[in-house]
Amino acid sequence: MKRRNFLRNSLAVLTPTVISGNPIHVLNNHSIVDPEVLAKVDNDRVLVIIQLNGGNDGLNTVLPVNQYGQYYNARTNIAIPEKKILSLNGYSATGLHPAMTSMQRLFNEGQLDIVQAVGYPQPNFSHFRATDIWMSGSDSNEYLNTGWAGRFLDSNYPGYPDNYPNEVDTDPLAIQIGSITSLTCQGPLVNMGMSIADPNSFYNLFDATEQAVPNTNAGYELSFIRRISKQTNKYAARIKAASDAVTQQTVYPNTSLANQLKIVSRLIKGGLKTKIYLVNYGGFDTHANQAVATDTATGTHANLLGAISEAIGAFQNDIKNQEIEDRVIGMTYSEFGRRIKSNASGGTDHGAAAPLFLFGKNVRGGVFGENPTIPTTVTVSDNVPYQHDFRTVYNSILKYWFCVKEADNLQIMLKQYPTLNLINASACAIEMENPVFEKNAMIVAYPNPFSQQSRVEFKTEGGHTLVQLLDASGTVIKLLVDATYNYAGMNSVTIQGGDLKPGVYYIRIQNGVHQYVKTIIKM
Amino acid sequence: MPLSPLTSNLGLEPYQGSWTKQTTTHLLNRVLFGAKQSEVQNFLKKGLNNAVAELLNPTAPLPTPPLNEYNSATVIDAAVAPGTTWINQPTADGTINSLRRASFKKWLTGVMIQQDISIREKLTLFWANHFGTEADTISNANMLYQHHDTLRKNAIGNFKTMIKAVTIDPGMLRYLNGYLNTATAPDENYGRELQELFTVGKDNAVQYAESDVKAAARVLTGWRINASYTSYFDATRHDTGNKQFSSYYNNKIIIGKTGQAGATETDELIDMLFGKTDMAKYICRRLYRWFVYYYIDDTVEKNIITPLAEIFISNNFEIKPVLSALFKSVHFYDQLYIGCQIKSPIDHVIGTLRKTNVIFPDAITDYADAYVHFNNMVSQLTSLGQNLADPPNVAGWPAYYQSPEFHELWINADTLPKRNKFTDLMLETGYTRNGRRVIIDTIGLAKSISSNPADPNQLIQDLFDLLIATDIEQSAKDNLKKQILLSGQTSDYYWTDAWNNYQSNQNTINFNLVNNRLKALIKYIMNLPEYQLS
Repeated sequence: MKRRNFLRNSLAVLTPTVISGNPIHVLNNHSIVDPEVLAKVDNDRVLVIIQLNGGNDGLNTVLPVNQYGQYYNARTNIAIPEKKILSLNGYSATGLHPAMTSMQRLFNEGQLDIVQAVGYPQPNFSHFRATDIWMSGSDSNEYLNTGWAGRFLDSNYPGYPDNYPNEVDTDPLAIQIGSITSLTCQGPLVNMGMSIADPNSFYNLFDATEQAVPNTNAGYELSFIRRISKQTNKYAARIKAASDAVTQQTVYPNTSLANQLKIVSRLIKGGLKTKIYLVNYGGFDTHANQAVATDTATGTHANLLGAISEAIGAFQNDIKNQEIEDRVIGMTYSEFGRRIKSNASGGTDHGAAAPLFLFGKNVRGGVFGENPTIPTTVTVSDNVPYQHDFRTVYNSILKYWFCVKEADNLQIMLKQYPTLNLINASACAIEMENPVFEKNAMIVAYPNPFSQQSRVEFKTEGGHTLVQLLDASGTVIKLLVDATYNYAGMNSVTIQGGDLKPGVYYIRIQNGVHQYVKTIIKM
Repeated sequence: MPLSPLTSNLGLEPYQGSWTKQTTTHLLNRVLFGAKQSEVQNFLKKGLNNAVAELLNPTAPLPTPPLNEYNSATVIDAAVAPGTTWINQPTADGTINSLRRASFKKWLTGVMIQQDISIREKLTLFWANHFGTEADTISNANMLYQHHDTLRKNAIGNFKTMIKAVTIDPGMLRYLNGYLNTATAPDENYGRELQELFTVGKDNAVQYAESDVKAAARVLTGWRINASYTSYFDATRHDTGNKQFSSYYNNKIIIGKTGQAGATETDELIDMLFGKTDMAKYICRRLYRWFVYYYIDDTVEKNIITPLAEIFISNNFEIKPVLSALFKSVHFYDQLYIGCQIKSPIDHVIGTLRKTNVIFPDAITDYADAYVHFNNMVSQLTSLGQNLADPPNVAGWPAYYQSPEFHELWINADTLPKRNKFTDLMLETGYTRNGRRVIIDTIGLAKSISSNPADPNQLIQDLFDLLIATDIEQSAKDNLKKQILLSGQTSDYYWTDAWNNYQSNQNTINFNLVNNRLKALIKYIMNLPEYQLS
């Protein structure tokens, strides 16, 4: 039986592939998503994912202008001077790092979403584990062997790589620029992505007569290498042709990120139907000397942010010129943000939530969510608590950009997540829920500060409602409410203070389009 | 075709089967950067126990250190005479420092190409991957050399001794900001990776707390680097408070100490880490993945990892007994694991050069030419995804930890063609400098590895034995013989005559007749997906 048939005949499983114990390799014989039940996404949309390796310092990227005093106190040695912060039209509370002029321009043109404090309930501070969590879309205590984009592609191109390419699907499903392969595009059977460093320098691989592989691990690996070899040969001509078809591009800065995005633009314009492109840019692990002491608006971190901003600006400019800007959006992410308080080495240690950017003509534009609250007295372990679950961003992209149906989305994301209105409603012609309540009216807690107990009143628009209590490190320590309401209105829950140490805590609510965090103090 | 990786039920019982060319090659391929034919012959005669003992007990002197080969018309390292080593001379000149870093990478490549016949270099690389330091970040070339020297000297020794040495090694202090870690400004970088990556690991069952990272960072405050690139303990920067660890470490408290006694807290911390069985298991898993295969399921965990960890612990963390047990085990020689590793770029590049006996200029007497050729290989390695001494981050190369793909990550649409390009290049043109060419000498190779190169069947068999770890069907070999060595003819004597004619009359025509066919044959073999396995 061919593997494709095998897949079609196998059961759909809704549960994620979770491996407990050692993170080990289990290659499933079944597809996570049942191909028969999924409607194929039929559009020419492209998503460009920019990974910022190392953990970007979100607080020096998107600045809480309305709390400048607390911000400055928390990180005096690296604080950006207030006057140099770039302002954002219509959002006076928030600003951008001075190096990000191109992204400021995009924002003011409505082509940039800033999503505040993106993270997940139990932040992991290991680069590697946190990266896996972001790439797979898992919970912190869950080990997924597939990537979120890999599951999306698997749902649309069942059975890949058997019978691919074919007359309809002529091109790689995803392309990673560079020589590495990422978990993001790992499907249930194989990685759905293909790595290309230079589209012009393909080398024809040898098509040898194949003998059956032995029933050993060498045989297992041999079939993997043969697959890559065939794939490379099959797609090489298409990629080269796409690349050659574009003879003119606007100017890009000469940075590795810009050079990667330049290739992406060329391949899209050149006619590839590839849906997802992955690029990356490293150096964000700024434990020491992230800013020049005498001019904190400059230095390592400023250079990194400048490079991102200029590269994205150049890319948007180019794809506008190429008349493909309607089809393309981009997203940045980093495995975590950094600590609120800077260290004495002029750097910042591993932290929790951080802002992320979506860019493109078809993003909605604006700042989503509130600035994180900076405590007046900051300790070394204090983190930005997450306001937006990163999977709600993925979910929103799938639903509002790739126009994936709700039911299919659940199979890709593996759990129910809300969406945010990050994309222009016209993109999928889906009506977006509009918020009924003001976010800051969603939670009231009194007394606050409290010692014995505090009563939390929260509003729900109906539907699934999550209310969590987070500690100062940004970790969810109590699930106060996890319920589905069939009405809109007011509810309440009580926090018992008995076992809580004095300090800063956060109440987070997630309901419909709302994800909101409120600070509460235990005396 | 296996749909998933397979697991042998065999454990650490001593291998009693016959000691063959295949078992010898398997052992040498894993312990060296690819086994040469002469080495296989040599170790085949020794038998398993002697072979393992010899490979684990290097007798060759440590490699002579890197030289000043970088003086140019514009830059002169005045402190170091050309052709002498720079490792003991500090420099404040950034340009010279970066030239030295480059010199280190060229040198290290040369050391691997001309490795001693023991496990030393492969284990040194294992530790360089384990500790994951990046030359770019250490920046200082002297510290970079010193760091790798520490790894090499401790490679087959005691792991606890090595952890202590690495913890206060200037290169590591620089790399993970240990030198900035002070009582008033603790820097968690080393305290975190020491646990997560270097000792107990961060597998699901390992539940040390975030507070343990902070406590370890506080223990480690005060280590500094002086101007002559040695580390010292500065008690005034040390956090003298007590450090409380979590229940994972049995709520251990390391009592804060003042003065130079503060340095002993580091030993206490290491003792605490080494008290965890998780540590021994984590290291044994990493060794298993490096030397056997990446796939570890419950069976391997039970039959191999747990007993190896016991050996590790009962031998007071000596590395040798662990490897000895592994390399002598029935598990290691199970057919399931023969040829199952996808070669790393280093295995591919260095292995190709070694197996085909490519001759480089002498690294000392002819250092100027030698280092240029080594540098070509540094570039090849980088373009294939393994920038020597500069892994992507502190976790080392993802091929050794990233589930589920592990070493499959080395191979993709970008790197696979480049691998073929490299072997093609080494067969076709090689690299030339000052009229000297570094290239695969196909005829020389055929003569040295084949008992009878005039017999096309024997020659093909010998080439496959040398270059391909898995079995290839006879029909495929016969086809190769016919298509390439016999130019489509069926009689073996076409090749035999061509070979013998060349032996008796080495003119250009005869040379080309033989060389072109041999080149095509070896190119074909090296382009096979099977060549990517070891």
